[in-house]
Amino acid sequence: MANILAVDDSASMRQMVSHTLKQNGHTVVDAPDGKAALDKAKQQKFDAVITDVNMPNMDGITLIKELRKLPNYKFTPLLLLTTESAPEKKQEGKAAGATGWLVKPFDPEKLMGAVRKVVR
Amino acid sequence: MSIDMNQFLQTFFEESFEGLDDMENGLLNMTAGEPDVEQLNDIFRAAHSIKGGAGTFGLNSVTDLTHKLETLLDRLREGESEVTTDGINLLLESVDCLRSLLQAERDGTEADPQQAADITTRLAAMVDGGDGDSSSNGKDGDDAGSTAAADDGSGPGGGWRIGFTPEPHLFMTGNDPLRLLEELSELGEIQVSCDSSSLPALPDLDPEQCVLSWTIDLYGDVERQAIEEVFEWVEDDCSLTIAPLELAAGDTTTAPETASDPQAASAGEPAGDDTPQKPAQQSSGGNASTSSSIRVDTGKIDNLIDMVGELVITQSMLNELGENFTMDKLEKLQDGLAQLERNTRELQENVMRIRMVPISFAYSRLPRMVHDLMRQLGKKVDLQLNGEETELDKTVMEKIIDPLVHLVRNAMDHGIEAPEKRAELGKQETGTLEMNAYHKGGYIVIEINDDGAGISRDRLLGKAREASLVDNGEELSDEQVFDFIFHPGLSTHDEATDVSGRGVGMDVVKRNIKALGGNITVNSTPGRGTRFAIHLPLTLSILDGQLFRVGDQVYVVPLISIMESLQMQGGKIKRMAGTSELYEWRDDYIPIIRLRELFNETGGGALENELMVVVEEDDRYVGLHVDELLGQQQVVIKSLKSNYRPVTGFAGATILGNGTVALILDIAGLLELAQARDEVLTKGANN
Repeated sequence: MANILAVDDSASMRQMVSHTLKQNGHTVVDAPDGKAALDKAKQQKFDAVITDVNMPNMDGITLIKELRKLPNYKFTPLLLLTTESAPEKKQEGKAAGATGWLVKPFDPEKLMGAVRKVVR
Repeated sequence: MSIDMNQFLQTFFEESFEGLDDMENGLLNMTAGEPDVEQLNDIFRAAHSIKGGAGTFGLNSVTDLTHKLETLLDRLREGESEVTTDGINLLLESVDCLRSLLQAERDGTEADPQQAADITTRLAAMVDGGDGDSSSNGKDGDDAGSTAAADDGSGPGGGWRIGFTPEPHLFMTGNDPLRLLEELSELGEIQVSCDSSSLPALPDLDPEQCVLSWTIDLYGDVERQAIEEVFEWVEDDCSLTIAPLELAAGDTTTAPETASDPQAASAGEPAGDDTPQKPAQQSSGGNASTSSSIRVDTGKIDNLIDMVGELVITQSMLNELGENFTMDKLEKLQDGLAQLERNTRELQENVMRIRMVPISFAYSRLPRMVHDLMRQLGKKVDLQLNGEETELDKTVMEKIIDPLVHLVRNAMDHGIEAPEKRAELGKQETGTLEMNAYHKGGYIVIEINDDGAGISRDRLLGKAREASLVDNGEELSDEQVFDFIFHPGLSTHDEATDVSGRGVGMDVVKRNIKALGGNITVNSTPGRGTRFAIHLPLTLSILDGQLFRVGDQVYVVPLISIMESLQMQGGKIKRMAGTSELYEWRDDYIPIIRLRELFNETGGGALENELMVVVEEDDRYVGLHVDELLGQQQVVIKSLKSNYRPVTGFAGATILGNGTVALILDIAGLLELAQARDEVLTKGANN
């Protein structure tokens, strides 16, 4: 099972994502914004990162760009969890190096479907 | 693996209310015509988070409204629409509406659907009004998430042939072709053939590049859209062909004997129940509103844990001492007990501190109110909030909000003048309303200063005379005159206004503050402004008391109200008409209350050389004649009202170290009691 970093400025969303992942046997570390997430990602290697887009301090797109610069995260699955259904946001995410995206409203099945796409 | 998300509902409500407060503050700081993109982003983000959560929990009314709100905010931050005063006000109304929708959801009550519908319509109208051709923005675009529906619907029954040729950089997106193939295998039986013709010789191989391509035959009745969804994340990183199998087949592949093993199906098994996250009140969303919670700084809790640690050490030391105690260890024992006392006191202080919350909680609703009142009254006011970090007891905080609101309303309505009037008077058009909060002694002081018209002393005095509160020739100090503002039925404004004349007068303000053990004073200079100062006790339930004896009973008087304790000198005791006695104290005469008499104890004779405690309340001084002064100690106040019934003259009772009960004096009540008694006696004497 994988070690996953979950990033969201909303505490309830963090709790839901963490809870769902843990229920499915993964270990989870969470962070409230991109900056905190980047620090944590530098301290240990995660098998996947799931991040919100719109956050204070550092948004999800910038976080993904920064993560991709780290040698450790060159091939790591980085997923965007977002309400932005607009296609241009997905393109922006892809261009930044996102592996894929998931559209809120948050649904545990959808999350696990997405996670299964990238980690065991 | 169904997971109940409702356990997170409480957290969602909490953060949403915080988000709404942030939105409100952001909106209040916004000026029409000057869009602050940073601020708009923050507001947008708050709305966005609420929308995300609301969608998850199926709170559709909230989702709909936030969606509209977001659309408008988006246009504002992109500069497509202008930030207008009307816009800000509509956004503020939306915040209110969202708040009541969420409150209704939290409390399980019905929200007013009309209000939400109304706001939604107006938001949509404003978005459309921004420019003509933007109507598409108002429509629900949420479904755009899924890629365009498949052109030819469900599969042809036989299956699909999929050509998948990734770009070399595919690995760099974090995607893995193997995972995609596994996911495909969940849809149905697949047969995969790999084209490795582009694979270079080993020395030239760059493992970071993807050079393979695949042809996959997927058998079964699968919708084309399902296949597209599998490749959704990589559609720009590969060339993908999907064609019905019957048409594409025939040439190469034959029917599958055994398709590849659908191994990936094992991925989603639930693991053990390892969910010990944040233990704080997540039990159930339903009845959460009934329990009141308090947010405590972790530093305070850490302190508490330290204190308890020290207490445990002291206790074990005393234990050891007690096990084989001899008299020569007496000093050690005393040291230990002193330490225990110190620990207990610190622990107590720290526990009390947990109940302390910063006054910003009470402040938080003022900016919005001032904003609305400015609009309503056509006045310009600069609200300054100082000392936001000042902490006071949570109960006090909750009860002080209404008086504060009332005072601010009053200052806005009667204090600060209209801009034209101010200009006429040579003042700045924008008035200033300044709030200060700070600690002073055992009290918290909250000041409300305005630079408005002030209170006319003469007019107030005139009103007081009209109401026969003052005798005609009587001279009063400024303070005494201004104090009439708190007298029921005395208002210098002849008609009640919509803003402050709501039936709750200044007398109620004063009474509420009194009920908290506090006090309010007012000072004003006509034309320059008015200053209200509220003094509140730090905490409600513990006080430093002076113990004394009257007859056989021990009583407590709050240390803070004691000015002086003295032995009465015969020459300074003056007897007035009737029975009242005065004592000359600090160039003044103060009434003496014989507590023996008041409490119906027998005895009592000459006062000379007897003990007197001079206490102050509300700038009135009175001397209490007591039999004996005992020690000072902290006492925990037990309410008489809730345990027995309210008794005038007593603030409550407490249990002393030896187990006996002592009554705590309420100075204001005592003064009333003494006054009533004197009146009865005087009347009796006069008849």
